[in-house]
Amino acid sequence: MAARDRPEHQAPPEIFYNETEARKYTSNSRMIEIQEKLSQRAIELLALPEDTPCYILDIGCGSGLSGECLTDNGHVWVGLDISPHMLEVAREREVEGDLVHGDIGYGMPFRPGSFDGAISISALQWLCNADKKYHKPHKRLYTFFSTLYACLSRGARAVFQFYPENSAQVELITSQSMRAGFTGGLVVDFPNSAKAKKMFLCLFAGGGHQQLPQGLGTESDSDVKNQAGNSARQRWKDKKSAKFSRDWILEKKEKRRKQGRDVPTDSKYTARKRKTLASRR
Amino acid sequence: MKLLTHNMLTSNIIKGVTKGFPLVINPSRVEVQEVDFNPDFITRVLPKLDFTALKQAATQVGHADKLPEALPETADFGEDLQKTLHHVLLQVEVLEGELVCPETGRKFPISNGIPNMLLNEDEVS
Ligand SMILES: C[S@@+](CC[C@H](N)C(=O)[O-])C[C@H]1O[C@@H](n2cnc3c(N)ncnc32)[C@H](O)[C@@H]1O
Repeated sequence: MAARDRPEHQAPPEIFYNETEARKYTSNSRMIEIQEKLSQRAIELLALPEDTPCYILDIGCGSGLSGECLTDNGHVWVGLDISPHMLEVAREREVEGDLVHGDIGYGMPFRPGSFDGAISISALQWLCNADKKYHKPHKRLYTFFSTLYACLSRGARAVFQFYPENSAQVELITSQSMRAGFTGGLVVDFPNSAKAKKMFLCLFAGGGHQQLPQGLGTESDSDVKNQAGNSARQRWKDKKSAKFSRDWILEKKEKRRKQGRDVPTDSKYTARKRKTLASRR
Repeated sequence: MKLLTHNMLTSNIIKGVTKGFPLVINPSRVEVQEVDFNPDFITRVLPKLDFTALKQAATQVGHADKLPEALPETADFGEDLQKTLHHVLLQVEVLEGELVCPETGRKFPISNGIPNMLLNEDEVS
């Protein structure tokens, strides 16, 4: 993408994400699919405890596509965004998360330890821009990261998929996040593919040493399974398509039994369609 | 805006404000929207809650009747109390109104269910 084509260079986010742009998030299926894939990977990188509904912050939640992925994964979320039009689309979509209108560069308006994790899809690069003459990107980034650190519970992760313009931006963003107390770093998926390459800043808010996850389709990843990337995605796809199938339910029940939970016994009726079942939304 | 969100929101991003919590709610339209009951989630967020602030907020929006004065000491709540918490935290929605900073009196409008926490340049810390 040539520098002048970058959305951040055209207008401030609350102007760029106008009605027309926001509409694309309900009508452009390619765009929707990309957002969903990125969100799913970001949620995976959060490494939340299994089978536990968590309380998650979505930074730059926009039209709520990323939020809907959180809902699909069983989590409850709050989203923050600067564009009224994007938030309007999220309302129309009747997303389950709660919405807040705000500028992340002013800081996160939440109490200490509020959230079990945070995700952000394609929003962070916006903070590298000075849209008003009094905007200082390094200062806005620092305010953002330090207030974010505070509102996460200890040991929680924040995962940002973002589109840096150049390596100086990556350096600016990571250095401000570390200054604010985070550890962690960049996870790059498919670094050797111009098309598939995706960057995730994966941050840890204290809570002892955590290993940075490996990018998909990387060198070191390759002899284990060059399909690592494929397999992770495939697993997700399988999981998705097979969800609520008999095998999926049996597996889930077995897992719950192992955790010592009370689970109904399996029978030929398990996972059979019930006529009276209310349709899932 | 759900009361769970309200229980986390602060105005401490304003320059000079130290706690900014709890924000006073002046509601003009409140609705109840059905949300699937998820006891595991209630258990999960409970330790994060400021119950005094929740009770206050519920009173301000007129949904405090079934909430006790304080939470029981025991971890085991019973389904009734869990359902009450579920209702107050997730089903009650403030659609129109305003939030007020307890330290400066600064008002944040709520419209279409969305609180506007944007600041003016001179308020930014
Ligand atoms: C590519 S969109 C993200 C879409 C969103 N994840 C979704 O599912 O619809 C980027 C979003 O970041 C938001 N954004 C950019 N700068 C922001 C800021 N300073 N504060 C809050 N949100 C911001 C934009 O308004 C926009 O909605």
